[in-house]
Amino acid sequence: MLEIKNLKSRIGDSEILRGLSLSVNAGEVHAIMGPNGSGKSTLAQVVAGHEDYEVTGGSVTFKGQDLLQLEPEERARNGIFLGFQYPVEIPGVNNAYLLKAALNAKRKHQGIDEIDAFEFLKLAKEKMAMLGMDPKFLNRGVNEGFSGGEKKRNEILQMAMLEPELAILDETDSGLDIDALKAVAQGVNSLRGPDRAIILVTHYQRLLDYIEPDFVHVLSQGQIIKSGDKMLAHELEEKGYDWVREAANG
Amino acid sequence: MSTESENIEGFVNRRYEHGFVTDIATESFPPGLDENVVRAISARKNEPEWLLEWRLQAYRQWLEMKEPEWAHLHYPKIEYDQISYFAAPKSDEDRPKSLDEVDPKLLETYDKLGIPLHERARLAGVAVDAVFDSVSVATTFKDKLADAGVIFCSFSEAVIEHPELVKQYLGSVVPRRDNYFAALNSAVFSDGSFVYIPKGVRCPMELSTYFRINAANTGQFERTLIVAEEGSYVSYLEGCTAPMRDENQLHAAIVELVALDDAEIKYSTVQNWYPGDENGVGGIYNFVTKRGDCRGKNSKISWTQVETGSAITWKYPSCLLRGENSVGEFYSVAVTNNLQQADTGTKMIHIGRNTRSTIVSKGISAGRAQQSYRGLVRIMPQAAGARNHTQCDSLLIGKNCGAHTFPYMEIKHPSAKVEHEATTSKISADQLFYCRQRGISEEDAVNMIVNGFCKEVFKELPMEFAVEAQALLNVSLEGAVG
Ligand SMILES: Nc1ncnc2c1ncn2[C@@H]1O[C@H](COP(=O)(O)OP(=O)(O)OP(=O)(O)O)[C@@H](O)[C@H]1O
Ligand SMILES: [Mg+2]
Repeated sequence: MLEIKNLKSRIGDSEILRGLSLSVNAGEVHAIMGPNGSGKSTLAQVVAGHEDYEVTGGSVTFKGQDLLQLEPEERARNGIFLGFQYPVEIPGVNNAYLLKAALNAKRKHQGIDEIDAFEFLKLAKEKMAMLGMDPKFLNRGVNEGFSGGEKKRNEILQMAMLEPELAILDETDSGLDIDALKAVAQGVNSLRGPDRAIILVTHYQRLLDYIEPDFVHVLSQGQIIKSGDKMLAHELEEKGYDWVREAANG
Repeated sequence: MSTESENIEGFVNRRYEHGFVTDIATESFPPGLDENVVRAISARKNEPEWLLEWRLQAYRQWLEMKEPEWAHLHYPKIEYDQISYFAAPKSDEDRPKSLDEVDPKLLETYDKLGIPLHERARLAGVAVDAVFDSVSVATTFKDKLADAGVIFCSFSEAVIEHPELVKQYLGSVVPRRDNYFAALNSAVFSDGSFVYIPKGVRCPMELSTYFRINAANTGQFERTLIVAEEGSYVSYLEGCTAPMRDENQLHAAIVELVALDDAEIKYSTVQNWYPGDENGVGGIYNFVTKRGDCRGKNSKISWTQVETGSAITWKYPSCLLRGENSVGEFYSVAVTNNLQQADTGTKMIHIGRNTRSTIVSKGISAGRAQQSYRGLVRIMPQAAGARNHTQCDSLLIGKNCGAHTFPYMEIKHPSAKVEHEATTSKISADQLFYCRQRGISEEDAVNMIVNGFCKEVFKELPMEFAVEAQALLNVSLEGAVG
């Protein structure tokens, strides 16, 4: 589904991704771990098409299509969703309005009619109930004054509504209380299926207790230096990153 | 001489290249202003002696006044003697015969704005007899209004048909020498609307210049007077969302509103005069004096405006809150893009006891545009218990535009409660990327954010107008980002 080969990217003068390769198939859940500043968010932003990051080498294909040629909105409509590490506030814009616009943009791309207001509300409330979100969040400004955890839940709500084929969740588990963590895990697990793939960027094993990954990768200095199964995450939790780095260098 | 002032002359010269015009009954006047021109305008309209005298006094006062320079606006000096002060309506031969002859770009804009097909011809200036719909619509409206006792007609007609009302109220809110542009308008005003709502009558429909026959060609020095008698109510809509072109570059209008005891006037404007091209060439200079007088107790005057047009806007719709418990409101969205400049705001003058005012101003700047909010809240010594709340927000799109806020407060009564809140925000690249990552195009994202920003004002507009205004904003900001 997603094929990243020898990807190099920089922002300003500093090279951040230095030949990163990753292959994700439909039905798989991948966890990406790694020290602060190693390039995890950068990878997510490059896949989503953020213009500040210049791609200087390598390739990214999604469902066989060259992803790097597409505008961010086209990538989104094609099925890529990014749960942001720091979701931005958009004061004045109704949360429901954004959700509906996003949903309709995707439906239009798929040649489906716009969702009617009643059906939309029903769907949104259903998803919110699953995530333990108060329906009043629909009528607030997008992330406006949301607490850290509320913002993350809101990202998952958007994901649940849009049902992307590839969801990249950048530290969606950070700053969540234990109930919120379970709710997020519930949202992610309900999306899991043979046609979809999920990439979880995380620092903590505890998320992986709820969402069991098929693969775990360690990203360091812009490259994936080790890959393994879920046991790797436990090992990292125990020993930290140094041993992987040493092993990789040595 | 700069290109822009050449442009004013360009307009003038083009119009008069065929030389001196003699037949004042059907033709435009040659450029220039003196007492004879004022007399000729008055004669052309068969005005009574007292109105001619009134105009002449205004003219003499204007001669002694100076063009204001305090506004945050830059434009080449206006050559008043290069302007023609009376333009006869274009004859049907000069107009396009059908929409096929109209600039396709203009039609495209109508399309984007969702202007109904039968309105487009009229807006594009197609010969009147080709536009049956709006004429017949206007006639049925007239009958309904007459039944209610409401007078709604052109200003010139009112002068002839209702001279006592015009005489009583004309200039009673905006005195002739109020300001430079007001004096000029008082001397040479062309036409406009007159509205009179009798005691206790709730006007049975929204009144709109849109439906007034012969509304065309009154643009340059327009004069509007609305009088709401005791306990009456009227909602008046001025302008329309369609881009209006006009060969007259200088516009100086006056609007006077009078609300007597327990009366309410709601005045909504959508202004979309031609702003000029991307380099600011050819746009309209719009210097407007709008003032409402809450003369009676418990009266209310509410201004709502959506301003997207003109190269230069100088406009401060104001309220004189004389009557006890009277209420003044000002809701405004002003958009400036490219090289547009706007210096706009409001004045709330609290004179009566327990008077209240609300100001909500939303300014949006894009491109290289400059926008200033200028608001005055004055609480007079006798205005015990007066209250004002001002909310003044600016939204910047891109890094080359500017927003400036000049709030003035003069408080002369200790019991006054005056609150002022101001914010400036930017549409950030992160916000746009966030929306795009959700599949929403950049343009739609900007529209969404802008409409969210203006929500508070749009909800004050009559429903269909609000929808149009929203579409108008989207069109005005097209290409503002990226
Ligand atoms: N706009 C920027 N300008 C300069 N450097 C940047 C910019 N954005 C990111 N970087 C740098 O790129 C490197 C990778 O950042 P990135 O956000 O991808 O790390 P991360 O792995 O997600 O870290 P964390 O675990 O802390 O979220 C960091 O050193 C960061 O400082
Ligand atoms: Mg990160």
